[in-house]
Amino acid sequence: MSTVETTYTKADFQSDAETRWCPGCGDYAILAAVQGFMPELGIPPEQIVFVSGIGCAGRFSYYMDTYGMHGIHGRGPALATGLATAREDLSIWVVTGDGDALSIGGNHLIHALRRNVPVNILLFNNQIYGLTKGQASPTSERGKVTKSTPFGSSDAPFNPVSLALGADASFVARTLDKDKKHLAATLRAAAAHPGASLVEIYQNCPVFNDGAFAELTDKDHAALNQIRLVAGEPVVFGPEDRRRAVVHGADGDLAIVDLAAADEASIVVHDPTRENPALAFALSRLASHPDGPTPIGVFRDVERHVYASDTPPPAVPSAEQLDGLLHAGDTWTVA
Amino acid sequence: MSMVEGRPKRQEVRERVVVRFAGDSGDGMQLAGDRFTAATAAFGNDLATLPDFPAEIRAPAGTIGGVSAFQIHFASRDILTPGDRPNVLVAMNPAALRANLGLLDRGATIILNEDAFTVRAIQKAGYTSNPLEDDSLDAFAVKRVPMTSLTQAAVEALEDVTTRDAQKSRNVFALGLISWLYDRPLDHTEAWIEEKFAKKPHVAAANVAALRAGWSFGETSELIDVQVSVPAATDVPPGTYRNVNGTQTTALGLIAASTASGLPLVLGAYPITPASELLHELSRHAKLGVRTVQAEDEIAAASIALGAAFGGSLGVTSTSGPGMDLKTETIGLAVMLELPMIIIDVQRAGPSTGLPTKTEQSDLLQALHGRHGESPIPVVAASTPGQCFDAALEAARIAIRYRTPVILLTDLFLANSSEPWKIPDVGELPGIDPHLRTKPSGPDEPFLPYSRDDDLARAWAIPGTPGLQHRIGGLEKADLTGAISYEGPNHQRMTDLRAAKVAGIEVPDVEVHGDEDATLLVLGWGSSRGAIRAGARRARESGAKVATAHLHNLNPLPENLGDVLRSYDRVLLPEMNCGQLAMVLRAKYLVDIESYSRVEGRPLFAPEIEQAILERTS
Ligand code: SF4
Repeated sequence: MSTVETTYTKADFQSDAETRWCPGCGDYAILAAVQGFMPELGIPPEQIVFVSGIGCAGRFSYYMDTYGMHGIHGRGPALATGLATAREDLSIWVVTGDGDALSIGGNHLIHALRRNVPVNILLFNNQIYGLTKGQASPTSERGKVTKSTPFGSSDAPFNPVSLALGADASFVARTLDKDKKHLAATLRAAAAHPGASLVEIYQNCPVFNDGAFAELTDKDHAALNQIRLVAGEPVVFGPEDRRRAVVHGADGDLAIVDLAAADEASIVVHDPTRENPALAFALSRLASHPDGPTPIGVFRDVERHVYASDTPPPAVPSAEQLDGLLHAGDTWTVA
Repeated sequence: MSMVEGRPKRQEVRERVVVRFAGDSGDGMQLAGDRFTAATAAFGNDLATLPDFPAEIRAPAGTIGGVSAFQIHFASRDILTPGDRPNVLVAMNPAALRANLGLLDRGATIILNEDAFTVRAIQKAGYTSNPLEDDSLDAFAVKRVPMTSLTQAAVEALEDVTTRDAQKSRNVFALGLISWLYDRPLDHTEAWIEEKFAKKPHVAAANVAALRAGWSFGETSELIDVQVSVPAATDVPPGTYRNVNGTQTTALGLIAASTASGLPLVLGAYPITPASELLHELSRHAKLGVRTVQAEDEIAAASIALGAAFGGSLGVTSTSGPGMDLKTETIGLAVMLELPMIIIDVQRAGPSTGLPTKTEQSDLLQALHGRHGESPIPVVAASTPGQCFDAALEAARIAIRYRTPVILLTDLFLANSSEPWKIPDVGELPGIDPHLRTKPSGPDEPFLPYSRDDDLARAWAIPGTPGLQHRIGGLEKADLTGAISYEGPNHQRMTDLRAAKVAGIEVPDVEVHGDEDATLLVLGWGSSRGAIRAGARRARESGAKVATAHLHNLNPLPENLGDVLRSYDRVLLPEMNCGQLAMVLRAKYLVDIESYSRVEGRPLFAPEIEQAILERTS
């Protein structure tokens, strides 16, 4: 075995498969960010696996020059759980979308989070079904007009961060396809976390849901609406002339007030390592939809029992062990 | 020979006997049956057993719905089924009597717990008049034994023993009595009791006292005037044996496959009757490296198995009934990925929830064809509790060698029934080489995950192998490279390759047993093997000429099957479904196969097969 430490570059993680997303799709930016971030892990590409489900995001695994499996709709977390059960030595990443993770695969997502399976789940949320050409998704807002909801969707959407916190996820974060630095920092935190991590990535679909996150990503509005969560820092946001703060209100509620009017003691100081998820949940409820001030960053990052961490990896019984097993219990011999 | 003050009891020698223990589900009938089986196996009889559990976990005590039974067939020659009609029924209460009476032939013996026949209990069982007083039992030899009070009397002198302990020992009293009746020594059972209740000596003492009281009752009471002996079987091949049910052997076969292939075993399963028993059985062997995951649903259970397979494990998922429907999507992905995976279907009566505690063979067409698209899959079926071991190994051999999901069909009857099993020699088990790719075939040569060997099995490299990174998925694969391909001619080629691979799997020829000059062949598959062989044996005793054959590989079928079928004037195919295999074989071989089909939630019985043979040979 070589003792020379190999360093990897972005090119080591780029497969030669031709990317097939629509021009301008947010998935390109995410792919570039992930490929650019991978060398930082210092893990050889053969030790990394990308598992994906169905949808535009599902194609992601083909574009990474690692091991990869493009699975079936919604089952990515379950396939990854099997892989993680078999192989504790791998770095496993699941790429999924809002329909994949929260509709057809909702059950697998919450159970992977409950078990705290050591996988990093990247949820590309574009609030629409893209690959099937534009139906309402479980994160589409009420009233959304799509091909399947010509008179406006009447269903209430999920807030993926709230959902993950409700499933007792040990790591929950939200980031933006258009913010390369924030995206990379969030991936870094997720990769460093032992156990399951869920990263919601707001991803623009220019074809079927263009501008869904404009309030957070447009130059004019970003500073106004991005509530950047930073560990140990008071939760304040907004441009210099319009600083606002998130403060504790009555009944555990949080409220957004002008910083000038805020009582300093009531300003929330962000602590993602807090055992109790209540405050992280309250932060996630500040925005039911990304059309106003919305928190991004790491909501929760706590250590708890990691799936299968107390059992040795699966092993092959020796012939002697098998022989002992076959002869267990009452036996008798016929001469 | 036992003696009562010099007066010998009559002794009778029989070749074979069927005993059925029946009582309330709280009466411990399974335990009594189990212990009697262990003593009988140790004594040297051949045997087969079948427990019969109630569908409801907590049906009201004393009702028909709460009756639990255990049947054992033992003999001095090799036997093939747990028996059809019991010679002796042990009935612990009126409900047990009423639920099982229909199984008995005239003249059968009924040993019942007289104390349990109170007015209330008789009503609860649904009787309108007391069966002990009306003429409904006239056709049987009824032995009324006050088991509750005799057990109470036997244990009341013991220290620390409560009335409840005495109540709970009634089953052991019955076991003692039956042990006397069939001349089974008690030492084996007593040793078991001492070990089981080592931490509760008063319970052990109560059980031993009840057991001996049952035996003494048989020996001294004039009620039972004959002791039956069934000599040890002499036609048993030499070897070391143990008594096993099909669940245990399936688990052992899978573990043996892990050892043989060097691939760790990972099971994904979701609780479902009756397949849960396999999850329980494999979960016990974590220390040996076996990993079991109780998944959030059947879909995840299958996906976990496939994910583990992708990582280089022997991925297995097990289920029954509706669970099979849910796994279908993942099985289709496994067909496309061409990864080894074993899907075990412990069949039960359907459709939908159907009869969850009753056996059937009605998932065959689903196993063969129940997926969208052209997705051929090898199918293996087990035939006896012991043979489940070989079937599991065979499923693993095919899955690993040919990189394909394999469906292994067992059923509830196989899973629960037991028989003595000759323990195989580990040194003689065939090895299974997974042929994992460990390095690129040359410098700068790209890895081609969909290149194939002579068996058409694709190249398999697992994550962690340097230089062989690749992506696979459910979209159609380009030949050789495995890249996504939407080309029509490539799809044709890949469809043909997948079909040819499965069609080309090497399977052993089907063997024919019986009369060379027979004009009738009885063909079977799965758990009906015992009933078919026993039925044919009985028909031959009546002068019929008949041959039998049994299929273990249902896809692909043995190469010689067409010739075998065409060499008989008539072919009869008994199945616990509405003629599923018959349909497949008629279509494939254009042979006019007659179907004998029953879906009554019970195994096929030897006498009905005998009858069907006689009707077609005389
Ligand atoms: S449909 Fe939308 S999400 Fe899908 S590739 Fe096109 S732009 Fe991207």
